Amino acid sequence: MSKNRKRRSPSSIVGRILAALSALALVVTLLLQGNNIALFNSKGMIAHEQRNLMILTVGILLAIAIPTLTLFFFTAWRYRESNSNASRASSNHHSRLLVPVIWFTPCVVAVALAMIMWPAAHRLDPKKSISADGKSLTIQVVSMRWKWLFIYPEQHIATVNFAQIPIHTPIHFELTADEAPMSSFWIPNLGGQLYSMTGHMNQLNLMGDMPGDYTGSSAEINGAGFSGMKFTTRVSSKDAFDAWVRGVSLSGNALDTAGYDRLLKPTQNNSHTFYWLSESDLYDKVLMKYMGHNDDMHMMNMGMH
Amino acid sequence: MREFLLGRLNAHALPHEWFTIGGTIGFILLPLLALAVLVRIKGWKWLWGEWLTSVDPKRIGIMYFIVAGFMLIRGGMDAIMIWLQQALTAGNAHGYLGATHGYLSADHFQQIFTAHGNIMVFFVAMGFIFGLINFIVPLQIGARDLASPFLNTLGFWLYVGGVVMVNMFFGIGGEYAATGWLAVAPLSETQFSPGVGVDYWIWSLQISGIGTTIGGINFIMTILKMRAPGMSLWKMPMFTWGSLCSMLMVVTVFPLLTATLFLIFFDRYLGMHFFTTNLGGNAMMYTNLIWMWGHPEVYILILPAFGVFSEVVATFSRKSIASYTSQVLGMIGVTVFALSVWLHHFFTMGAGADVNAFFGVMTMVIAIPTSVLVFGWIATMYKGRIRYTVPMLWFLGFIGIFTIGGMSGVLLAVPPADFQLHNSLFLVAHFHSTVIGGVLFGVFAGLNYWFPKFAGFRLNERIGRSAFWCWIVGFCLSFIPMYILGIMGATRRLDHYDASTGWQPFYILMLIGGLVIATGVALQVIQIIASVIQRRQLADFTGDPWDGRTLEWATISPPPSYNFAVIPNVTTRDAFQEFKERGGLPQAKYKDIRVPYNTASGIYIAAFAFAASFAFVWHIIWLAVAGILGVIICVIVRTFNDNIEYTLTAAEIENAERSRKKHILPKKTEEGEDMSLWEFIKIAVTWGLGFVGLKRRVHGS
Repeated sequence: MSKNRKRRSPSSIVGRILAALSALALVVTLLLQGNNIALFNSKGMIAHEQRNLMILTVGILLAIAIPTLTLFFFTAWRYRESNSNASRASSNHHSRLLVPVIWFTPCVVAVALAMIMWPAAHRLDPKKSISADGKSLTIQVVSMRWKWLFIYPEQHIATVNFAQIPIHTPIHFELTADEAPMSSFWIPNLGGQLYSMTGHMNQLNLMGDMPGDYTGSSAEINGAGFSGMKFTTRVSSKDAFDAWVRGVSLSGNALDTAGYDRLLKPTQNNSHTFYWLSESDLYDKVLMKYMGHNDDMHMMNMGMH
Repeated sequence: MREFLLGRLNAHALPHEWFTIGGTIGFILLPLLALAVLVRIKGWKWLWGEWLTSVDPKRIGIMYFIVAGFMLIRGGMDAIMIWLQQALTAGNAHGYLGATHGYLSADHFQQIFTAHGNIMVFFVAMGFIFGLINFIVPLQIGARDLASPFLNTLGFWLYVGGVVMVNMFFGIGGEYAATGWLAVAPLSETQFSPGVGVDYWIWSLQISGIGTTIGGINFIMTILKMRAPGMSLWKMPMFTWGSLCSMLMVVTVFPLLTATLFLIFFDRYLGMHFFTTNLGGNAMMYTNLIWMWGHPEVYILILPAFGVFSEVVATFSRKSIASYTSQVLGMIGVTVFALSVWLHHFFTMGAGADVNAFFGVMTMVIAIPTSVLVFGWIATMYKGRIRYTVPMLWFLGFIGIFTIGGMSGVLLAVPPADFQLHNSLFLVAHFHSTVIGGVLFGVFAGLNYWFPKFAGFRLNERIGRSAFWCWIVGFCLSFIPMYILGIMGATRRLDHYDASTGWQPFYILMLIGGLVIATGVALQVIQIIASVIQRRQLADFTGDPWDGRTLEWATISPPPSYNFAVIPNVTTRDAFQEFKERGGLPQAKYKDIRVPYNTASGIYIAAFAFAASFAFVWHIIWLAVAGILGVIICVIVRTFNDNIEYTLTAAEIENAERSRKKHILPKKTEEGEDMSLWEFIKIAVTWGLGFVGLKRRVHGS
């Protein structure tokens, strides 16, 4: 081993240089792309709280990890065989405190994290409506292969791959799917994701606090058109939102059952499309399609005869 | 008639695209060619009699390692293909080879990452872990063999069946599952995945999974019943503890995987509706079932790796493991709690806040025993004499990377944070940190540590260090950008993305990192080859090259088939260290040993199981029936075969031991340093030139 130390293995030096270079490359790239970090560039209340929770958690974790890693690598360096100054022991005559300390320390951290997490999980439950002034806006979302259909039941309009929302207004998304595998509805700038599934309604409450266009997508793989299944969320002033709704409802494009069935056909990379809603219970029909017992009864009858 | 004979097979299933042709050549024809060359050189009888039908866990362990190493290269090529596609496809990037973006179609890209995940988890990580357990556990507990040597070979050959199955699609069918490595329903139902890809997925996991369950039962029996006299549970080495906990989990959760795979099989073949979208099927149930298996699975992999690190730290610090009881309790704690955290894989499916928060807390709890293990390793190094050999380097790398992976894991366990991070590349970076930094580094530490025991000579240190640094640098280059991409909002599994996202530089860094890791893998292969070339210089005639502490170092390297001529009586935890301090192993009289015959039954059963699986993939009913009947008949025949053991008499053992001593003792290690990479290249080039020159001379004459 002493031989190795004298030689100071060239590979490890090369390794260190490479590591330094790669760290440098990372920093540079990061600086160049800083504006695109969606999770830290939060544009909505929920995303903002989620970001703060993440920073707090990481802070607590680092508070234990940095001392532990420092202690670890210091010990590893200090008691290297070639260090003639270090005291040695061949067996473990460690303090009686060791065992309590190594169990107690992580327990404290876990309890601290749990105490932060439990209320946060309830406060930021996606189902929970956002208590802010003004009423909430319901948007019903149907994930299909491979597009997102947004139905505005109160405004009587529907859109594909585009959702405009008024600023500072709690939005209540009702997620389901039709003739599609599970998808996950995610707008990173506005807040966390939730799955959309056939015959099941998930509720996601978000709010936009800064005007702008934010990309959403399916975070869960759902087939060949997965990567192209993106949509734009436009956060705008309430006036602009109202004007947009008027414009869409006046356009001649109606969404009826036949039009809906056309949408169900698998297509990829769909562009934004706007409709006025000619059937107000479209979303309920989509849900009931999988919940309804008609099919089951039919099958059972067939089985019995 | 044709349909009866061939089911859904037709000429279209034969390779006709560039990747299926390439895969067929690379992963079906080349291995067959290599096998043919081996048979040509060493003879079929040697291969079949000494290795393929062997029931010796040491040989089976080495075969696990060979297959898993080969699959590491296979899965690594998938990784490079994934990253190459992603580095190429920002915005309206040009398409090559008929693809719209990059050089892969979306469907093909999805098949590649699915195969990558399956291969790395089932056939690389599991293969390596089972290889280590096979070789080391019987030696560490002072056993001559496993409780059931036959079940062990059966488990291994079922694993090989799974390996063949996962590559079979190249040659026949041309399509693997495009569903992600767990084939979540309802995407994996026939409604959305009508092709044979998911069927290949089901059956490669099914047969290898059953093999794993069998192996788990066998190792639990072995560890609980076959320890050397005096070795109580609380005197077992840490690696054996890790293996025992891991195998207990295998037996608990692998039947769940088997059942889940059967349910999805019933859905796909018999038109049932367990997980379909309609007629009462519930896909959420699939997600629960698969993760009830899937989460413990990662702990199944990591616990033996923790055990390896405990052995490595103790040996190279020249100290016994500190706070042994806490370490063992930590492992047991992980085993118990691992069964109660599965829901954190789908906080985003919409369970209530109470449920999510409960599973979040359970996940915090499981971090406690893991931290205790880390503190125990620090205490072990404290006041030790640490030798920085290659296994120790892997240990240091593990601590660095696994800490990052562990912290990101705890962050992901906070439900509101998980809503933002789930299914993003942050998640992908997290589990690669734990599986590469934990499991794979553990395997590499174990390989370098125990290689002298496998082979009788140690591995080249210099090239081993270079390989380590390539892995570390490549890992950071690949996975730090991946964490950043996740925070930037990049979801996993994207085959193309908008240029305006600004993600491309990070994807390019990931590709570069992947190439650096590939260099590391190449160096590991070179490390082994260079060590074989220099084997006289690296030879270890003592059986104990590292001044080890546990029983596996008490026997010579490589150990005889019966491991120990005389089973030692164990009195302390570091049994071999104790013997050395008291002046060597106690002499005792040789006694007769019962030794199992080699058997091909395992191969036959696995072959029939494979045939049945293949038949199910292609709906060939007669072959499926024949395969299942074959399995049953083989099992019955084997069960009624009473002539499975023979006696090795005390005189024979004495002869063998004496001749081995005569053979070994006079030899001395040749002097000299470990070969450097540069020296290896010179040797390889000289050899290559000589080979070409030889050819020329033959032509000239």
